[in-house]
Amino acid sequence: MLNYVLSRLLTFVPTFIGVTLISFAFIRVLPGDPIVVMAGERGMTAERYAELEAQFGFDRPIYVQFWDYLTGVLQGDLGNSFVTKRPVWDEFFALFPATLELSLCAMVFAILIGLPAGVIAAVNRGKFFDRALMSTALVGYSMPIFWWALLLIIVFSGNLQWTPVSGRIDLLYYFPNPTGFMLYDSLVSGQSGAFASAVRHLILPTIVLGTIPLAVIARQTRSAMLEVLGEDYIRTARAKGLASKRINGIHALRNALIPVITVIGLSVGTLLAGAILTETIFSWPGIGKWMVDSIFRRDYPVVQGGLLLIAVAVMIVNLTVDMLYGVINPKIRKR
Amino acid sequence: MIFKNKLAVGLLMGALGASAASAQSLVYCSEGSPEGFDPALYTAGTTFDASSHPIYNRLTEFKTGTTEVQPGLAESWEVSEDGMTVTFKLRQGVKFHSNDQFTPTRDFNADDVIFTFDRQGNEENPYNDVSGGTFEYFSSMSMPELVESIEKVDDYTVVFHLTRPEAPFIANMAMDFASIVSKEYADAMMEAGTPEMVNQAPIGTGPFQFQAYQKDAVIRYLRNDDYWGDPAKVESLIFAITPDASVRYQKVQAGECHVMAYPNPADVQAMKDAEDIVVMEQEGLNVGYLAYNTQVAPYDNPAVRRALNMAIDKQAIIDVVFQGSGEIAKNPIPPTMWSYNDAIEDDEYNPERAKEILAEEGVEDLQLKIWAMPVQRPYNPNARRMAELMQEDFSQIGVDVEIVSYEWGEYLERSKEEDRDGAVLLGWTGDNGDPDNFLAVLLGCDGVGGSNRAQWCNEEFDALIQDAKVLPTQEERAPLYEQAQEVFKQEAPWATIAHSVVYMTMRPEVEGYIVHPLGGHIFNQVGLSE
Repeated sequence: MLNYVLSRLLTFVPTFIGVTLISFAFIRVLPGDPIVVMAGERGMTAERYAELEAQFGFDRPIYVQFWDYLTGVLQGDLGNSFVTKRPVWDEFFALFPATLELSLCAMVFAILIGLPAGVIAAVNRGKFFDRALMSTALVGYSMPIFWWALLLIIVFSGNLQWTPVSGRIDLLYYFPNPTGFMLYDSLVSGQSGAFASAVRHLILPTIVLGTIPLAVIARQTRSAMLEVLGEDYIRTARAKGLASKRINGIHALRNALIPVITVIGLSVGTLLAGAILTETIFSWPGIGKWMVDSIFRRDYPVVQGGLLLIAVAVMIVNLTVDMLYGVINPKIRKR
Repeated sequence: MIFKNKLAVGLLMGALGASAASAQSLVYCSEGSPEGFDPALYTAGTTFDASSHPIYNRLTEFKTGTTEVQPGLAESWEVSEDGMTVTFKLRQGVKFHSNDQFTPTRDFNADDVIFTFDRQGNEENPYNDVSGGTFEYFSSMSMPELVESIEKVDDYTVVFHLTRPEAPFIANMAMDFASIVSKEYADAMMEAGTPEMVNQAPIGTGPFQFQAYQKDAVIRYLRNDDYWGDPAKVESLIFAITPDASVRYQKVQAGECHVMAYPNPADVQAMKDAEDIVVMEQEGLNVGYLAYNTQVAPYDNPAVRRALNMAIDKQAIIDVVFQGSGEIAKNPIPPTMWSYNDAIEDDEYNPERAKEILAEEGVEDLQLKIWAMPVQRPYNPNARRMAELMQEDFSQIGVDVEIVSYEWGEYLERSKEEDRDGAVLLGWTGDNGDPDNFLAVLLGCDGVGGSNRAQWCNEEFDALIQDAKVLPTQEERAPLYEQAQEVFKQEAPWATIAHSVVYMTMRPEVEGYIVHPLGGHIFNQVGLSE
């Protein structure tokens, strides 16, 4: 197993270098000069432009800029945002826990509902429940996030007033956020009601962000289960007279899980990188909106640093998924 | 998160079980995050709302709700006969805020004023490159060229020596970049090796004291009980950062915030009809325009430009593009600005007559490129749609329009070129409430090849605005600007299109909110009824 993990880790190196290069090149390939964008309608004199160019280092050859960036990255320095002037590193870690917390909640929500739903649908193939579930999943998968979120807000926050409209916690609670994970910080803050408030604030964003992965997981589980249920060894198990609960729950599900875990792993990556709409609507202070704003402002250090850190996070998730394959299927870790 | 232990107001109110609509804290749903809290480093209105307005003061201040300048940290000022020196008498007994790292040992004085400006203009000043040190507003208001030196006469008298007489200078001193920072705090932070704290944990003299900022989520302020002016009406001020306009409205309805900015234009009517929602409105200090290239035939002919202006159905643009949240512009400056010439009549919308004029001028088969900005701005929420409407209007008079667009940075650069092909959609938002800030920047001869997108240099117009700039009082300057607007209308270098209308949405218990024409959201005198 150790060898397996090490070999996976080795593949990190070229990926890391590739991501560094791509993130550096990506923002520079986009048309638009960050200094001109910063000046806006007001404009600036040629002298001022030259001064800023020198200050940001744009007057040096591109390979020198890349070399500086790369050496900075290796020393843990991602540079400072052009806009806020603060280190990219600090900004990322101020925001990432919010994204991670929301993504994990959404994933747990999607798995807890999606997995059993997929299994039940597969076992009841062609029956009413199966059809209803699969149509619902299709709707969930194609739902425009923006519309879905606003609909939930209007119904549950506006009309029924069950949940708050947006944010992470009621503004009246005020305590330090040492970890940035609101559920944990509110729990240890000692303020009564803070944790409950944080949970209430998580409900709608979790549902919205979890809807698409939920649909994907349900459909994937169903099709993987159907495939496995048709295998010879399942038929043999049935012939041996094993209880169908045992067949479905252990023999079939365990083997059906491999493709499902792949899908879950990929979804976590998408959630981390792509929670932008959910974060915007629910005023969730995460990295999605931060990245998009930075692209519009041509804030080079934030875009390249942010992309790099997100890529690393996704790589870690993928590694975890790879290791889970090993746990579930011994054949893989022996390869 | 920057956190101050000693003021756990939240705890207290949490214990009382109050809702966000507590009488003592005002919650404002703001549209975005501030870039930082040192206003001199930034140019965005969102940043100024969170920094210069609550936390700081300036030598002079704009009276909220007007573009009039009144005393701030300077009790009075005197401009010399030749207009080359301005002497400010400073207010005494003004206290700076304190925080965990810093407690002031002295009151505000001349050293703070000199430090505030020296760090922005003097490269030798250790704060010149702290926090990335780009003082864009200071530069773009030409302060480095304008201010020769600043002299401290005594602790409460400061003299600015200028390189030329400049009437708008007093208004410049009321702008956000001129917010007075504490030299003592800056020195202490430099010594502690954390100079960036001046930007992250700001200390000012303003009505509210900064308490904490959680990035992209919440900013908290507490009332400054030692404030030299009228104290704030609420004990604490909270900015709940809420980027989506529909969500902001839901939060106001649910009582999660009291005031919100920038509603969706499409929602405004429903808000006005709602019983428990108050909507305030005012024209913004901006103008959206279509600038012809007056150096290229046939657009060098004023008659042709006027004819084109007559073909534009501006009301349709207001209805479709602004969805009602705009007002037709007839002058290059907005109606809330002093010297606005209301006697001027706008070109009538008359395509038939426009066609005739073009024929009279011998213009046939005219082809025109209209440049549509790729971004949304307050003065033009949808340039592409606006250009399409104009394309339709111009086709009525036989002018064939091609719409072009570029990436925003490139758009700004290319549209400056003197031999540019086509008419450009663009606009401007005022900085200091002074007509010079519109007329000289956008239409003066110095701006040709730069911010004067019409590439228009008219001697009569330019002489008027140059003369007006050096006259000492508003009364003397206003008639010249009014005359300049007449010349503008006659010459028609632009089609003036619209001034946006700014809406503020709030709950009925909010008292004393005034919409500020300079665009800021100011809560110093806003209270909550029981």
